[in-house]
Amino acid sequence: MPELTYREAVRDALARALRDDDSVFIMGEDIAEMGGSMAVTQGLLDEFGPGRVRNTPISEMAIVGSGIGAAIQGMRPIVEIMYEDFLTLSMEQLVNQAAKHRTMSGGQVKVPLTIRTQGGAGWSPGAQHAQQLEAWFVHVPGLKVVFASTPEDVRGLLWSSIYDDNPVVFFEHRTLYPLKGEVPDELEPIELGKARIHREGEDVTVVATGRLVHEALAAAEQAESEGISVEVVDPRTLLPLDEETIVASVRKTTRCVTAHEAVTRGGFGAELAAVIQQGAFDYLDAPIERVGSKFAPLPFAPVMEQWVVPHAEDVLEAIKKTVARG
Amino acid sequence: MATVEEKAGSGGKRVSAEVLRGFFREMLLIRRFEEKVEERFRAGELPGFLHVAIGEEAVATGVCAALERDDVIASTHRAHGHTIAKGTSIERVMAELYGKVEGCSGGYGGSMHLYDVEVGNLGANAVVAGGIPGIVGAALAFQMRGEKRVAVAFFGDGATNAGTFHESLNLAQLWTVPAVFVLENNGWAESTPNTQHSPLPIDDLGKRAHAYGMKLLEADGQDVEAVHLAALAAREHALSGKGPVLLHLRTYRLTGHFVGDPQVYRDKDELQKERETKDPIELLRARLELSDEDFEALDAEIVAEVEAAVEFAKAGTDPKPEDALKYVYA
Repeated sequence: MPELTYREAVRDALARALRDDDSVFIMGEDIAEMGGSMAVTQGLLDEFGPGRVRNTPISEMAIVGSGIGAAIQGMRPIVEIMYEDFLTLSMEQLVNQAAKHRTMSGGQVKVPLTIRTQGGAGWSPGAQHAQQLEAWFVHVPGLKVVFASTPEDVRGLLWSSIYDDNPVVFFEHRTLYPLKGEVPDELEPIELGKARIHREGEDVTVVATGRLVHEALAAAEQAESEGISVEVVDPRTLLPLDEETIVASVRKTTRCVTAHEAVTRGGFGAELAAVIQQGAFDYLDAPIERVGSKFAPLPFAPVMEQWVVPHAEDVLEAIKKTVARG
Repeated sequence: MATVEEKAGSGGKRVSAEVLRGFFREMLLIRRFEEKVEERFRAGELPGFLHVAIGEEAVATGVCAALERDDVIASTHRAHGHTIAKGTSIERVMAELYGKVEGCSGGYGGSMHLYDVEVGNLGANAVVAGGIPGIVGAALAFQMRGEKRVAVAFFGDGATNAGTFHESLNLAQLWTVPAVFVLENNGWAESTPNTQHSPLPIDDLGKRAHAYGMKLLEADGQDVEAVHLAALAAREHALSGKGPVLLHLRTYRLTGHFVGDPQVYRDKDELQKERETKDPIELLRARLELSDEDFEALDAEIVAEVEAAVEFAKAGTDPKPEDALKYVYA
């Protein structure tokens, strides 16, 4: 199997969709000649031209809003919001328009729009270029929310998002772009709403998203050497959520840690904890532990940033806390 | 689309008397429809929140008559007139206001979310300026596919202060998409007069088009013929590939912002004067020189149609509560 980086895997899905389907086009800030601020769309302008790889003004409401309008007319637009912090500028269109048109119209329209965005700490951008806001969107009926953590997943999930008939907010993590991984020759779509068990274990389930999947896997390695067997599950799609896989895992292991880079308070881990206590209450041997960032706007100084965001050792500590309950 | 005939000897265009009579009927239908929904709302029969466009009928009628069936519109919270003028039956609009399955949005939308995609109505929007960027996208889709269609956004003067408006007009002109932005300038952002919401004099709001290098067309929004001719020209320009048009129509809201609005913010004498001099239906009636007899016969016919729409709506089917979840996802 060929090896692609996470960045190349995103690009591959975009290029294949653009090649296969005239209704697909992409637009966003600096995505054409520059190839995007994360270099994800490099080369696409040359192959597909400025009509289908469209640079936009810095106008997040108009970018998302015009994507909605084109989607309702039968196109499959993929819009890029350069940083997920900037999604805040398009919230009206995403939350009031994209998510609601179908219901408000009594099913007359559908909005097959994909909104790609990225974020994540680890490079000292400060407070407005690295937030993890995925939980906000899980609260909005009508949206789907995807957060992919590996090259194989990001490609297969992006493909499914493009061809989903609903608006999908597709989160990529900045620090994962250089990550390499094997991907099949043929693009295999990954169904939205299916979790992936990255590692099987017996004692504790860690349900992790984005970068924290890799931190959880590192923590699991360490725990293993200390005699604790850890299962790592990545929901991949936060909305809809594969509750069945997650609950089954916790019923088996009887302990659970949730882990994401977003701040813990009101984070996706809270929703996971609610789902798990409902589905596995009688199986739990310890309170569910939540790992996330400390409750602060992301500070600039590297030592502070490091301290605020969670790492493998935080996940390991949480794992041990659940096990210590006996 | 209504036909336009050349005005003999003048070189100018005008709308035939026959077409104007058709406009008159439609405007009166919208008026009687809205009067009826006001009455039914006050009687406690209609749930929710209602905004009528009494005084603005010439805008809806004149613009929508300039469009083809597969041209699309996005409307506002004041949507009844646009919806009827774009071709949805008053029965289906009324049924929507009663929250019935037979409604044009199946009871999911209500007065502020009237949709009828089959006739090109992409929905009314309860967020001021919220529907404008979607129209840019619809027009972009038409442009990319080489379709001879235009996308039309209705909005008021209040919306021209929203960032969405500016971002949308900028992008639309940049990409020269076939869109028409219809500014229904009634001088009020809810209860706030233009003197408190815009640094420009009321009649200058159209100049905002110049900031984007966009074509500006203007007409008296109380004169349905002027509106219609301007809308035809706007459509033609939008389809020419030269870019979109801001169509600025000065109009008058002869009622409150919402049904039940006591309008404490409004000068009563001035409002009375506007009602006496700016009513587009009265203006057209005088111009057509309709006899009282003819008017009354037409009016009785329309009142009966509206009454029948109420009966249709009341006899409609209540949705099943659990169908609330039916269309959350496609």
